[in-house]
Formats: sequence, C-alpha cells, structure tokens
Amino acid sequence: MADTGVLETLLQRVEKVDDGVDSLAVATSLGVDHQVIVGAVKSLQALGDVISAELRSSKHWELTEEGTEIAEQGSHESRVFSCIPQEGLAQSELMKLPFGKIGFSKAMSSKWIRVDKAHEGGPRIFRTVESIDDQVREKLLLVQKGHSTQLEEKEKNELKKRKLLSEVTVKSYWITKGNSFSTTITKQETELTPEMIASGNWKEKKFKPYNFEAMGVAPDCGHLHPLMKVRTQFRQIFLEMGFTEMPTNNFIESSFWNFDSLFQPQQHPARDQHDTFFLSDPAHAHEFPQDYLERVKKVHSEGGYGSQGYKYDWKIEEAQKNILRTHTTAVSARMLYKLAQQKFTPVKYFSIDRVFRNETLDATHLAEFHQIEGVVADYGLTLGDLMGVLHQFFTKLGITKLRFKPAYNPYTEPSMEVFSYHEGLKKWVEVGNSGVFRPEMLLPMGLPEDVSVIAWGLSLERPTMIKYGINNIRELVGHKVNLQMVYDSPICRNPPTHF
Amino acid sequence: MPTVGVKRDLLFKALGRSYTDEEFDELCFEFGLELDEITSEKEIISREQGDTKASGASDVILYKIDVPANRYDLLCLEGLVRGLQVFKNKLEVPRYKRVSPLSGEPQKLIITKETEAVRPHAVAAVLRNITFTQERYDSFIELQEKLHQNICRKRSLVAIGTHDLDTISGPFTYTAKRPGDISFKPLNQTKEYTATQLMSLYKTDSHLRHYLHIIEDKPLYPVIYDSNGVVLSMPPIINGDHSKISLKTKNVFIECTATDQTKAKTVLDMMVTMFSEYCAQPFTYELAYRKEKLSGKFINQKVGINESTEKIAHLLTRMCLLSQATGAGDEIEVEIPPTRSDIIHACDIMEDAAIAYGFNNITRTTPRTYTVANQFPLNKLTELLRQDLAAAGFTEALNFALCSQEDIAEKLGKKISEMRAVHISNPKTAEFQVARTTLLPGLLKTIAANRKMPLPLKLFEISDVVLKDETKDVGARNSRRFCAVYYNKSPGFEVIHGLLDRTMQLLEVKPARGEGYHIQTADDSTFFPGRCADIFVRGKNVGRLGVLHPDVINRFELTMPCSALEMDIEPFL
Repeated sequence: MADTGVLETLLQRVEKVDDGVDSLAVATSLGVDHQVIVGAVKSLQALGDVISAELRSSKHWELTEEGTEIAEQGSHESRVFSCIPQEGLAQSELMKLPFGKIGFSKAMSSKWIRVDKAHEGGPRIFRTVESIDDQVREKLLLVQKGHSTQLEEKEKNELKKRKLLSEVTVKSYWITKGNSFSTTITKQETELTPEMIASGNWKEKKFKPYNFEAMGVAPDCGHLHPLMKVRTQFRQIFLEMGFTEMPTNNFIESSFWNFDSLFQPQQHPARDQHDTFFLSDPAHAHEFPQDYLERVKKVHSEGGYGSQGYKYDWKIEEAQKNILRTHTTAVSARMLYKLAQQKFTPVKYFSIDRVFRNETLDATHLAEFHQIEGVVADYGLTLGDLMGVLHQFFTKLGITKLRFKPAYNPYTEPSMEVFSYHEGLKKWVEVGNSGVFRPEMLLPMGLPEDVSVIAWGLSLERPTMIKYGINNIRELVGHKVNLQMVYDSPICRNPPTHF
Repeated sequence: MPTVGVKRDLLFKALGRSYTDEEFDELCFEFGLELDEITSEKEIISREQGDTKASGASDVILYKIDVPANRYDLLCLEGLVRGLQVFKNKLEVPRYKRVSPLSGEPQKLIITKETEAVRPHAVAAVLRNITFTQERYDSFIELQEKLHQNICRKRSLVAIGTHDLDTISGPFTYTAKRPGDISFKPLNQTKEYTATQLMSLYKTDSHLRHYLHIIEDKPLYPVIYDSNGVVLSMPPIINGDHSKISLKTKNVFIECTATDQTKAKTVLDMMVTMFSEYCAQPFTYELAYRKEKLSGKFINQKVGINESTEKIAHLLTRMCLLSQATGAGDEIEVEIPPTRSDIIHACDIMEDAAIAYGFNNITRTTPRTYTVANQFPLNKLTELLRQDLAAAGFTEALNFALCSQEDIAEKLGKKISEMRAVHISNPKTAEFQVARTTLLPGLLKTIAANRKMPLPLKLFEISDVVLKDETKDVGARNSRRFCAVYYNKSPGFEVIHGLLDRTMQLLEVKPARGEGYHIQTADDSTFFPGRCADIFVRGKNVGRLGVLHPDVINRFELTMPCSALEMDIEPFL
C-alpha cells in the first residue's frame, strides 16, 4: 500500500473540487513522481468505492536530451556563428568543437558563414552577416514552456526529424469522488478470524474485497477415467431397463463358443489369422458339452432345424482352437445355452467388456475395444419388438430419430444396422448393429422353437471419443493416455446425444 | 463387405431412369446396400498414384456400392440391376432354364481320382450364343475377380476358369499330374512352360504369387485337358492361352474347381445366371430351383406385421423369390432361384419379406418381457471400489490387456517361463505377444508417457489379467486385480500402505492376524530388497506391495522412486 500521507493528501485534493482532478496535475503540484500518485489511486480503489478513477491518455511534445541542450545554449549553428571572431577561424579549429560538424553545415546552408579555401595556413571561416536569429532555439523554448500549440505541425515534425522533439503518450487518471468517499482511511482486514468471531469485533471492521475474477485453488483429488464414466452410464441404462449383467470375465474363448455355436462357418473370413488372435499356449480348449457339439456340427455340415446348413466338412480341430474373443456374443451364446438347459423363462441380458481383433490399427482402431451388447429372449418376439427396444435404449441416450438398414451378419437374420440422424452433420450416421439370432444358433442349444432372441451391439469407445472430443483413440485408451485430459474431463450425465 | 464399382450412367441406363445421388442412396438404404462413394477412375488414380498418372484417365462417374457379404448375386452390374428392378416392380423375376445344344449331346467334364488329394471337386457349364460388348466383357471378368476374392476365399475354396468353347473340344478331363509332366502355354505368354517353371515364373507376379501356396507343396497339380490334350487351365493358378475368351467368343465354357463342393456350385450358378441375359435365349441355364413352403402367419409373427397371404407372396416376389399363395390356408410356396444361395432357412425368406415391406414401415412395439435386473457381483464390487479409490485421491488408468513378454517378465525382473501367461500365436507386433498377468506394467507405462505432469502421480486400475488355468474348459481364466502406484521424489511406501488400509476399511476387513489382514516381509525381484511385503487376508496371500526396484524403474524409463500395490479382489466377493 502507498504511503498513507499521500493517500490522504490525494483525498483532500479530490474533496476540494467538484468535477475531479488529474493525477498528472496532482503529481506536478505536489512535486512527486507520477507513479506515486498512480500507486495511491490503485490502493484507494482496492478499499472499495472511495474514489472512482477513469484512465485517460494524452499525447504531448517533449524535448529530447539534445533539444534541452539547444534550448539552454542555442542551436549548433548559432553556437558556430558566435564563436567565429571578426578575423575568422581556421576550419580545423572549428571542427574540434563538439557542435562543430553539424553547426558548420547548418550555418553554411543558412548562409551565415563562408569558407575561404585559398587562405594562407589552410581553409578559414568568416561571418557573412552581422547578426542572426536562432529560430530553432526559440521554437524549442516554446515547447519547453508548454506552448507547443503555437507551433505548426510541419515545424514540430521537422524538429522531430532532427531528434530534438519527441511525441509521448501520457496515461493519467481522472479522479472523482466515489459513492463511499471519505478523506480518512480505515485499515482493511483480509480474512475473518476465530478471534473476531469470538470477540464480535468483526462488526466494526472493514474487509478487503475479494477478486472474484481469479480462479480458485484446484482441489487435491483423484479422477475416474472418461471411458469408464461413459461405461457406468451405459450400465446404468441397461439396469434401468431391467437387463441383467452377463459374466464376461473370460477373454480367452474357444472358437467353438466364439464362432461355431453362432453358426459362423469355419471358412468365414473372421476366423482368419488376419482378423483374430489365436493362442499358442494354451492352444486348444479341451472340454465341450458333447451332445450340443454334435448338434452344432450337424447343423453346419448337414443342416437341420429347417435349415439347409452350409454343407461342408465341419472339423472339431477348428472348433478347439483357442482365441482372444472377437465379440462378447461368445458369452451371450454360453448364457443362452445355459438358459436352454433349464425350464425356459424370458431373460434380458447385457454386457460391456473388452473384445480383441487382430486388425490394422489407425487413429480410431485399436486391437482391443469395449463392446456394448444387449440381448432379449422371449416367446414370440418380433422384428418390431427389436426396433421398439432399440428405440427405448437410444432414447435414454438422447437419440430419438432412428432408422434401420438391412444388413448381413452370419448369426442374425434379419440383421439391421441402426442409424441415427445427426443434427450437426445433417445426415444419418451408423450407431450400432442389431438382429434376431438365427434358428440354427438357438435350436441346437435346446431353446424352445417359439422363443426368439433379439440382440444389438455397439462400441463404447466411439461415443466416448465424441463426448469428450478426442480424435486419436490412443489419447483415450492405453498407457499413452493424456492424464491432463483425464483430470479435466467432466462427469458423464448422458452419454453423447450424437455419435 | 465387398464393394462393387459400376459406371453411373450405365447403371441408370440399365435401370431405365436416372436418379439424383440422394435418391439413389435412399434406394440403396431400403434394399440393404450402401452407396459408399461417388468417384471416377481419374479420381482414384490421382488419389493413389498422384495427379500426373491420372491425366488421361477416364472421368466417367463411378458409384462404389457396398454389398452384403452373402449376396453374391449383387456383385456385378447385371445382378444389381436385376435385383433393384424386380424390387421396384419394373421387371418380372427371371426364370433360369437349361437349353440343350443343337447336337443334343451335353458337354462332359470327367473328374479323375488323382484330384482327390489336391482339389477334389469340379463343376462346369456352358453359356451358349452369348454376345459380348466391351462393357459386358469387362463386367464378366470383374465378376470372376469379385467371386474369387469373396466366396472363393482368394481361390483357395473355389477357382473359376472361362474358355472359348469353339477353340476346344470335349469331353474334358479334370485330373492331377506331377508338376514336371504338365506343360502348356499359359494365358498371355508366348511360349510353353512346365508347371514347375510356371511356379517360379509367377513368384514375382504381383497378382498370381498370392495363389501359389494353395498347390505349391502338393506332389500333384490339378489340370484340365480337352479331348485333344489341350490344357484349359491349371487351377487355381492360371488358364491356358489357347482357349482364352475374347469379345468375339460366342460360347463360353466355365469350369469351377474346388475344395468345397457346395461353394463350387454356388459360384458356377452365379457366373451363369448373371451373364445368361446376354445369350440368344436369355436366362437359359440348367438349374437347381428349390421350393419352400411356409405360412403367412410365420412371416407376420416374426416380422410383427399383419398382411394377407397374397401381399406377402408379392413382397417375396419383389426380392426375386417367386412366390404364390397355394390356397391351402395361408400357405405360401416360395421358389428359391440358383442366384440366392444365401437363402438356407425360412428365417432368410422372412427377412426378405421384411425388407420388401420396408424395415422402417414396421410398427415399433415394446415387448412385455418382465425381468428383474441384476448386476454381475464382481462388476458391482469393482464399480463401488473405483468410486472410493478416486475419492482417496488416486486417478484411474485404463490399459491394454495385451502386451509384450518383456513388459510382464524381463522389465519386472522376472522370467517369462515363470509367469502363467497365455501366449498369442499370430501377433503382428510385439505389443500383442501375451495377455497381461499383472496390471503393474500398464500403470508404469502410463506414468512414463505422462512424465511432464506435476508430481506426485497417483494412479490405479481395477481390471482383469489372464492366467493359465488347467481347470477351465479353455485352459485359462481372468483374474480381477486392483493395482495402484505412487510416483514422487520419495518412495511414499506409507502412501501406498495407507491406500491398502483404506481399501481394507472399505472392504470391512480389520487390521489383525488371523481373521483380519496384515502384511509381512517378502522377497520379490520386482521390488527393492527389504521394501516388499505380502498382503494376507484371513490367512490367504492376496497380493503384494512395496517400493519398486531401481532396475525396474529404469527399465520403464522412469527416474523417480515409486511404490506399488497389486492384489486380487475376487476373494472379497
């Protein structure tokens, strides 16, 4: 805080006038540096509405160091003139003087002096006029006295060019009384203390106002991962809709459950080395429900249950191959098989967990991602029911405009791609896949013939990337994650409205 | 999903009208296709090889259309147009018939038993009196290529050979011979080669080298001869030059050799049905039509609509499944043409009825399935713990389940042989050699990638690791772990120890030997000697905590001391 003396003096000045004072004028009249007054203004402002200060800026002309010298002693050319005696002066002598060089050429062009180059003993300089009028000095004196307005712009610019004048901008405050103006200053408290509360003297104190423009201190806290926050929301939606969570904690799966049980033929491209991670250890699964395996073999190779089958040589060796599961539908198959071994009751299942693909990686594809899956098994479910359930599910995500496109998937028939209308992009974008499980998958499991099973799936990463505006999946999932992004990410009230 | 490129103007000419891009996109959507891209040859070349190469290329507009993987009948312009025209009621469902040759004697392809060990199946057909134009010819070649890449699984399951019948004479023989004994002039070559020479010739051929492995190491190679000993082809590699087809070819002999007979028949049916429209007697070819009977009620119930039997029969007919109400109740007889190998069950017919009805015209209903939701207990525990661990000041990380052997062994000062890790046989890079057996390396890598962040770094993860387990049907199981690390200028063992105490408090386990939890000194090469302890809960070892060994810190490219905790959470269920 500035010296209290200055503050009070300033307040007294302000009190005496009606319209206000200029900080620069106050500084001049008090004979102090302007910065002292500026500091006093800042301190008074911090006290609340004691004064009000309006920042003003003005331009004015000032003499440079050289200009000040000229104002005192005369211009270089006039000093050259006055140091030349009647008998003249040797040019070499003149040039030794500090103002000699510039003064000589100026005095020459003003025709005040002449050079006799042929003079005996070297060139000699003589006066050519009796007296001179040092206008440069007079102009500078005018500026120095604060009468720069009496000069023409052209004249000022010329002096500026000679580096004798410079134009400066001065900032000052126009100070007027504030709403709670007073000429005395009370010391302000910064914080409320236990002692003040105990003694009650806070009532007499004035408190320094807070700066509400500044940020607070960041809390010391932990954070949940954004993908997991979105996962929690999807999980919540399924639970609200009455879906039971499937145990998907088995990343290693046999080809049998991942493909064969889903009626996916053994030559299907998804079963290639290029698409699926196979295991070398443990390379094979060794235990299958034998009766069921025989029924699966039969429906693939010969057909049955009203199906032509694929009519190929189904091999147990292919089914035994262990893989990293390529979809959580392998777990759905296990669950439906289990369900078929009991007296049938309708079920609704869901899962959200990791799946693995041996694919080419890019900015949006990793070798592992999370699949969201929903399954409903009941008597007489229709395609209309599937679309109805999807409508409810996506409505909970804030997506209400849906349409469906026929598609192909080896284990569902019909198969539908789900599209939602993207208000931002003004077009339909794919948000998931869905379908009705094929009888060739369900009947060998032993489910009743009139039971239909509808299902749908989508990835967790895509909606999360859109929700949190992430373009490169590696910044979201895996060790290259940007922890600052994790620290800064908001809660997930709703998964994104648009994928 | 295969993509078919067709010239837009040619397509519109065949469809008998033009569409705006939006209109055509809409039609595709309804029919289950996707207009993937609108481009031109020039644009494609310019994108792939640069503008200079593209100059002079055609700028005729191409539509790239995505076709469902099981609809081989839509892989060429002819099939697409036929499907869409029938769908839009502009064309009657074509009826494919066989015609006999004028001589009355059909051609014969004799299969010898030598083929059994290499490629046992073959089927053949003839397209008679066909008229090719440049466009039809290009489409014919393109269809073979599409079939080869898709259903034929890059020629391994089926390979197609097409020949000018008028240059050869039947009966034909499909046999297998030693490579040295097969000699012929292959397509587009100027001299004869033996099969052995051909295999080395094509080693450097950018296209054919991909197919050599199919027969390369077999003692006998498949080959087809005509009655004069002319080589038609050496499937699945190359045809002979002698019988090659041209724009002038009138009669095309098509052979398909295969390891899968069902697929061979499907492929032959496709080739013949697609191009029979250019024969003097269109759509004439012999064929296995199949009839299926189903009830209108079945369709109505499965789709969720209520249409008359006649209307349903009409819907199916629009999908090239010629159908009619038989009059016996609501029975419908459906004829499955040879082009629709994808129809193997009544549910496939039902889907076609739904597509023709329009998926988006079906009333959306809510099933009345009453169920009570349950969480998977392990996931419920995980969700609850995660919340409270974040509340304890730790930040959640999410790392890959797959990693390198080095990550879980050498870097932690362990031997891979001692880990019960599952190994991947076909990783494309070292990042996918094994499934993780511990969460620790992932967290340390997360810190390494975020070294610019202010200290301390406090991270945790609750997720699954994978361990070999003989008692499981697949020989492995997941194990849910909780791992946390503290990284700062001092090791902060007390911080990690405090987190363990807090976790136990959350799990209602009291600090005590016997029925509670306690920690006791342990030896582990991952940790600094004397700074590692086992965690015992009710007498059972559930995990370990300690200060990491400086070598481990270095191997993960870290510079500060670090303490860590990892434990099983399944015992707390």
